[in-house]
Amino acid sequence: MAAETRAFNAASFNAYLTEEKRLMGVRCRGCGTLSPEPRPICHSCHGRDLEWHEFSGRAQLSTFTCISIGPVYMVEQGYGRNNPYCTGIVKLEEGPRLSARILGVDAANPQLIQTGIDLILDLEGVDPERPTPMFRPA
Amino acid sequence: MSTTTNRRQLGRSVSIVGAGMSAFGAFQDKDSRDLFVEAFQDMLDNLDQGIDIEDIECAYVGNYSSDLFEHQGHTAPIIADWLGMTPVPVTRIENACASSGSALREGVMAIASGMYDIVLVGGMEKMTNLPTEGVTDVLATAADGLYEVPAGLTFPGIFGAIAKAHMDRYETNLDHLLKVAIKNHVNGSKNPKAQFNVTIRTLMERRVARAEQRGQPVPEYNNEMDFLNDPGANPWIAWPLRLYDCAPITDGAACVLLVASDIAHNFTEKPITIAGTGQASGRPLHDADELTSLSAAKVAAERAYEMAGVTSDDIQVAEVHDCFTIAEIIASEDLGFFEPGEGARALDEGRTALDGDKPINTSGGLKAKGHPVGASGVAQVAEIFHQLRGEAGERQVKDPNLEVGLTHNVGGTGGTCVVNILRRG
Repeated sequence: MAAETRAFNAASFNAYLTEEKRLMGVRCRGCGTLSPEPRPICHSCHGRDLEWHEFSGRAQLSTFTCISIGPVYMVEQGYGRNNPYCTGIVKLEEGPRLSARILGVDAANPQLIQTGIDLILDLEGVDPERPTPMFRPA
Repeated sequence: MSTTTNRRQLGRSVSIVGAGMSAFGAFQDKDSRDLFVEAFQDMLDNLDQGIDIEDIECAYVGNYSSDLFEHQGHTAPIIADWLGMTPVPVTRIENACASSGSALREGVMAIASGMYDIVLVGGMEKMTNLPTEGVTDVLATAADGLYEVPAGLTFPGIFGAIAKAHMDRYETNLDHLLKVAIKNHVNGSKNPKAQFNVTIRTLMERRVARAEQRGQPVPEYNNEMDFLNDPGANPWIAWPLRLYDCAPITDGAACVLLVASDIAHNFTEKPITIAGTGQASGRPLHDADELTSLSAAKVAAERAYEMAGVTSDDIQVAEVHDCFTIAEIIASEDLGFFEPGEGARALDEGRTALDGDKPINTSGGLKAKGHPVGASGVAQVAEIFHQLRGEAGERQVKDPNLEVGLTHNVGGTGGTCVVNILRRG
């Protein structure tokens, strides 16, 4: 893999999502802790020697919500009371969790959505204006 | 290696000698300064032995977002001016919905440090200028704007995800959430300043009566649960949370007067002591240790209990941060009142009702009293102040030996938590 030289910040995180369709976080060279959010100081050991780490994109659904009353930018995309969307928290196979949109589930019938299901990263439809990790059932 | 000790004590004792609240509700003609002045006047009117405003040496004002709600920044000097307090130092404290809980702590520490003897602390929020989606956007700025909000998570959404995790892990179900709302509205119906000074049963009866008047199909409700399970009356906001699981959008303010305990009797014969105070920070939900608990609440509670020299068993009345119904259940576990996962059962058994052994949210809580976010922390303290002094009226806890109460104020989804323990005398 080519050396990754981007700065550890959200701009880089988002650029990887949109330009390269990769979920990139950081790994602490000192203690090995992984963080999907690229942070310059390790949360575990406070080490400052970190490197980029690509996550596989395989995950499980930890918990979720189906939102009927969304923020303005989701309402503008057509979501709302009659068209709820699913979002939640996924546990990456490498261990850490992150917040992500959950695609390919029936957000109008949340009682049918099972936590614990296997998910796979799907960045095909990622919005360059507002990038976010997105997953769908594997 | 840590070089600090966890043990914290105040440099000297601090007492609350007066408390005031504006009415909570939606007030088209009131700005946040008007609300704060109203709370302050309420406090002055009820301060047993009065005070000269010029004797107040300093103030801390909790406010979340006058910037976005009212297009007004730098609100502290405006409050100083409108209370006639200039030129004393007044500082705004912003910690989302824990802004005034944090402001109170700053005031306590300002007196405990020896710097001041008399400090005003309060909080205010004017929220109803914006439509609901605008308020949703503003509240979402309390979450991580880079790694949570872009996923479409809202404030109710994050608590919805917490509720789902709690229901997966424990026996908590949708009915339990609704029972929190029913209980807190019963308490709120006994609080004349509450935004919802009304029970859910009454709201149900009004809906039926309205349908009859308009000649519309009359819904058949056997009880409050039927009403709350009617999606027309109680629509989904962020599954598994519905409208009645959410605290309302509220305009309001509250304040208390803090003094060094050795001069408290100059103001009242019934001072209330700050026995313990704890504050902690926490991480976004995806980085939290557990999805069913707020770690900052547990740490803040531990610090406050330790400072006060009490345990959760000693707490006789509590105001907890029920921004959503699930948040009250989790708070009752994080504070150690009940074991993890037992909060819902305690609710079923009526233990947290006004006549239970652990009355929670006697004021109606954020759910029924209302949640002007920057005011809520101090409004909780005002309620415990009145309870411990035996002046809570219809909603007074009947225990004649009421001595120790607690407040639990959460910012965002647990990024901040402030726990205070108050003691009579």
